Amino acid sequence: MARMTMIEAIRDAHFVAMEADESVVVFGEDVGYFGGVFRCTQGLQAKFGSHRCFDAPISESGIVGAAIGMTANGLRPCVEIQFADYMYPAYDQIVSEAARIRHRSVGDFTVPLTIRMPTGGGIYGGQTHSQSPEALFTHVAGLKTVVPSTPYDAKGLLLSSIEDNDPVIFLEPKRLYNGPFDGHYDRPVVPWSQHEWAEVPDGHYTVPLGKAVIRRPGTQVTVLAYGTMVFVALAAAEESGIDAEVIDLRTLLPLDSELIVESVKKTGRCVVVHEATRTSGFGAELAAIVQEEAFFHLEAPIRRVTGWDTPYPHAQEWDYFPGPARVMAVMKDVLEV
Amino acid sequence: MRDLADGLIRVLGDDHKASGPWQPDLTLDQLIKGLTDMMRVREFDHRMMAAQRQGKTSFYMRCLGEEAIACAFRAAMSDDDMNFPTYRQQGLLIAHGYPLVKMMNQVYSNEHDPLKGRQLPIMYSSREHGFFTISGNLATQFIQAVGWAMAAAIKGEENVAAGWIGDGSTAESDFHSAMVFASTYQAPVVLNIVNNQWAISSPQSLARGQAATFAAKGLGFGIPALRADGNDYLAVHSTASWALERARSGHGPTLIEWVTYRASAHSSSDDPSAYRAAQESDRWPLGNPIERLAQHLIELGEWSEEQQQQLHVQIEEEVRAAQVEAESHGTLHEGPKPTRDIFEGVYEKMPRHLQHQRDLLEGMAWLE
Repeated sequence: MARMTMIEAIRDAHFVAMEADESVVVFGEDVGYFGGVFRCTQGLQAKFGSHRCFDAPISESGIVGAAIGMTANGLRPCVEIQFADYMYPAYDQIVSEAARIRHRSVGDFTVPLTIRMPTGGGIYGGQTHSQSPEALFTHVAGLKTVVPSTPYDAKGLLLSSIEDNDPVIFLEPKRLYNGPFDGHYDRPVVPWSQHEWAEVPDGHYTVPLGKAVIRRPGTQVTVLAYGTMVFVALAAAEESGIDAEVIDLRTLLPLDSELIVESVKKTGRCVVVHEATRTSGFGAELAAIVQEEAFFHLEAPIRRVTGWDTPYPHAQEWDYFPGPARVMAVMKDVLEV
Repeated sequence: MRDLADGLIRVLGDDHKASGPWQPDLTLDQLIKGLTDMMRVREFDHRMMAAQRQGKTSFYMRCLGEEAIACAFRAAMSDDDMNFPTYRQQGLLIAHGYPLVKMMNQVYSNEHDPLKGRQLPIMYSSREHGFFTISGNLATQFIQAVGWAMAAAIKGEENVAAGWIGDGSTAESDFHSAMVFASTYQAPVVLNIVNNQWAISSPQSLARGQAATFAAKGLGFGIPALRADGNDYLAVHSTASWALERARSGHGPTLIEWVTYRASAHSSSDDPSAYRAAQESDRWPLGNPIERLAQHLIELGEWSEEQQQQLHVQIEEEVRAAQVEAESHGTLHEGPKPTRDIFEGVYEKMPRHLQHQRDLLEGMAWLE
């Protein structure tokens, strides 16, 4: 089986979806002729024509607003917002429109729309190319929010998202585009070609939305993570010798709370890890669910390891990024209770 | 044709005669249908506003004085075209034969409300009648109309979209998005600005700025722009037909400014006496569109004051009967409880967390 980078896997998902369904159209800033600043849509315009894959003006509300109109006329758009940090002009279209149209029209109109956006830091992107705004989407009724962490999942989850009849926010951890980054920024880069999770089958397959996966079974503490933080958590477990059970959520909403609760009931401890700012972050939701459903199994407080409540800094990026050392320290704390 | 953005397309003069190059080719039946549509809209508004004042619903918005725009525009459209309306285009539905009782059921949020009580009164939705679900967030629909039209072009279909926006909402960024996308992709869309002079309490000049007209805003985008008398049924019909035909034949978008006057309050929650002179609405700039068309028919020798009075009585009776029927299905606070499963339809398939929340709500039924 071919090993792909996450970029190649995402590109491959587009080819499969557009081949299978004429109603799938792809557009965004620099997406058509150039193939996207991260090259995720490279080759689509040449293969499918400029009426199915095209460049959009620099107008995120225009991109999402036009895509919503297209869904009302039978298309199934998959659009790219160049960086998640740029999505704010489109937020009204996403929250007030895409998310609510099915409900407010009692199914008269629906919005089968996928909005892809690169997310997260670790690339010296500064505060405008590093944000993780997932909680701004999970807070909205009517949206689904997906964060893949491997090339295999990226393709299978993107195909599920495009085929889904509801709007899906598809957040691509850009630091994982070219390799399974574990937070050790001072070590040589590991490419996806050296990792078995980069094995991507040809053709069509899906990874279902709403299903988490245990990346590392363990007994001492449950670590909940998604995107880049999956690899950080795995590194922290490896290096500390703590027998952590690392769960990769894959879809934040709908959330696979059954798998999470089952794991915490087994380990009795829970650490939540994300790169986004802490206050009102998705980790707060996870902690609330775990204590509501597994309180009497808990042997220690649920703890969070997150980005700080500051803008994402440029030069001090690695002070902000919750790397393996911070995860390890909190896991140790939790085990000592 | 740049001068059309600064002028005013009119057909009906003060003498009630039709003249000039924009006279539409309408039969007598079509003119009487237009008159009937407008009168039906006005009577519908009248009764629903009264129902709101009687506490039968929470909110209402009339389109008093703007009836010709939606009614004549709809008459110029084809069945498979799609509107992306604002909250003041109820005429699009009524002129297309959407049942009055069904509209009232929505206004009353009663047990037959097609939107199951989820939406504010008057926020209709009907794909069947080419009427996109109304949003309360202004201007979002303008760019959506362009996207719908782009999809028609991508699919090689000849259907046309119409976007609608008010004078005040042209200040929103989605107005700009729509203009850019319509211009860049030459989408088959007619973009309508209904300039009724007032955005709640602020005059149209606040959004227009130093532009001479709203129509003139189209020129910078290279979009042909027309400015027409929105209270003149004939002018609306011919202007709309020109723009719709232009879009349908692949020549791209048109921007139209409909000059009209909001003769009543913004909504049932508004009182214009707090911000505009009382004499202003008494003067009724551009005149009553129903009266203007009726007088034109009389001038043609095809209509009489007696026939006008008869039609009025007939429509009063029709709308009253519709209201009786709608109220038999309940009003906002009275009558049979509607099916109001708010958890249905948030997603295609209800996720587990919503099933859980629904169970919680149902478990609390004993609290009532």
